[in-house]
Amino acid sequence: MALPYYVSPELIMQDKAEYAKKGIARGRSTVAMEYEHGVVLMADNPSVSLNKISEIYDHIAFAGAGKYSEFENLRKAGIRHADMKGYLYSREDVTTKSLANAYSQSLGTIFSQEIKPLEVEILVVGLGEGDTSEMYRISFDGSIFDEKLVAVIGGRSEAIMAHLKQQVEGPRPLPDALKKGLEALASVGHQGLRLEQMEIAVLDRRRSGRKFKRLSQAELTELSG
Amino acid sequence: MVFDPEQLGSSFYDLLITQYPHLNPGRPIPWTAGPSHADASPLAAAVPHGTTILAIRYAGGVVIAGDRRATEGYQISGRRIEKVYKVDDWSAMAIAGAAGPCLDMVRLFQTELEHYEKLEGTPLSVDGKANKLAQMVKGNLPAAFQGLIVIPLFAGYDARQREGRIFKYDIAGGRYEETDYHATGSGGKDAKTAIKQYYKSGLNEHEAIELAVEALCNAAEEDVATGGPDPNRGIYPTVKTVSAAGIVDVPSERIAPFYTAFLEKRRER
Repeated sequence: MALPYYVSPELIMQDKAEYAKKGIARGRSTVAMEYEHGVVLMADNPSVSLNKISEIYDHIAFAGAGKYSEFENLRKAGIRHADMKGYLYSREDVTTKSLANAYSQSLGTIFSQEIKPLEVEILVVGLGEGDTSEMYRISFDGSIFDEKLVAVIGGRSEAIMAHLKQQVEGPRPLPDALKKGLEALASVGHQGLRLEQMEIAVLDRRRSGRKFKRLSQAELTELSG
Repeated sequence: MVFDPEQLGSSFYDLLITQYPHLNPGRPIPWTAGPSHADASPLAAAVPHGTTILAIRYAGGVVIAGDRRATEGYQISGRRIEKVYKVDDWSAMAIAGAAGPCLDMVRLFQTELEHYEKLEGTPLSVDGKANKLAQMVKGNLPAAFQGLIVIPLFAGYDARQREGRIFKYDIAGGRYEETDYHATGSGGKDAKTAIKQYYKSGLNEHEAIELAVEALCNAAEEDVATGGPDPNRGIYPTVKTVSAAGIVDVPSERIAPFYTAFLEKRRER
């Protein structure tokens, strides 16, 4: 019997990571920013029906970048996890941190055990007690980053992050936050990008019950005007 | 396979009963080992029961209401129980039967509709909601045989047809749409008789609320398990409207005058 070729674990992981990064780099980016009343999520998404941003639970939202079918599966799994927990215990027991951890664990397992890693990067954002917000960025290999004020995922995330870091010092009013986000996303290529063409949603602390709200084209026109 | 029915769908109820079968609300209780009428009565008398609920259609919507009493056999176990619930932005349900399983079904149905809406990105149609509730009532059949009956009444605003719709159910999950009104629970028959006398199509919201309160007062007069308004304690029936404005609670300040008028009419007779 012929012995299988030896490939070092290091090399396998490196190859997988490169493959995943290449996949993610092809996609457009999504930005999450803290604003006056919560968190705003902005995705450069030409499709009106294939969403990149979604509601998960009362105070938790999700954004995905990379391969649609893969982050869509993760999104659904997150909703199932949150709804089940809220039903079995209570609505207030569904926490952003626990959901982010579950994502991190499952992405990590897939990265190390499956032949093909997931070509995705996701954001789990949530409103916390009082005026606080939580933003977790989770990579294809399950590594998790706790972000403050701004978080970016997708193809040109580093460039966008560099652009935004200089601009954003604290939570701003919504129109201002939208303007900053738009400038940052436009800075990496799509010069003609307009707010009305983007997928935008907020987690608004002032809403009762479900805090997630998509902003319609009409609302965006009004906010950008 | 993508369209394999074994795959996870968009229903929370299906997810719950496949992943946590022991939490299936309709699962028969093991000590009686299966459906049996003989053992049903002690259980039925030992748990709190919610009683009279009704729904009346008016021009542009539905009034859905219920009294506040819960009974355990001949005891009053609760004076302030809620039997009418908002399920989502466009629908409400009222429940009659064993209080625990009833409240469980409300919570499960609320989660079900929200879950579907989040996964699919669009809410279920009114018919879809009514059918899903029918499946859940049918799923409760084994428990119903043991005395834990759940009979809901469902009211939804149909944005496409621009009208309110009422659905009633039987314990086997039969789903029937009512065009005018319906009342069920222990005082349901009395409430229905009262509505029947004064109902006409095209009532306005004010008249429909008045009729609902009167019907509940009538039921409370005839049926021991139905609680009438209790001004001393400030307890009034729960009334909600389901219309293009969404689900709106009718406050007790608005219900109290109807009760006073009802008493006045009684005195004049």
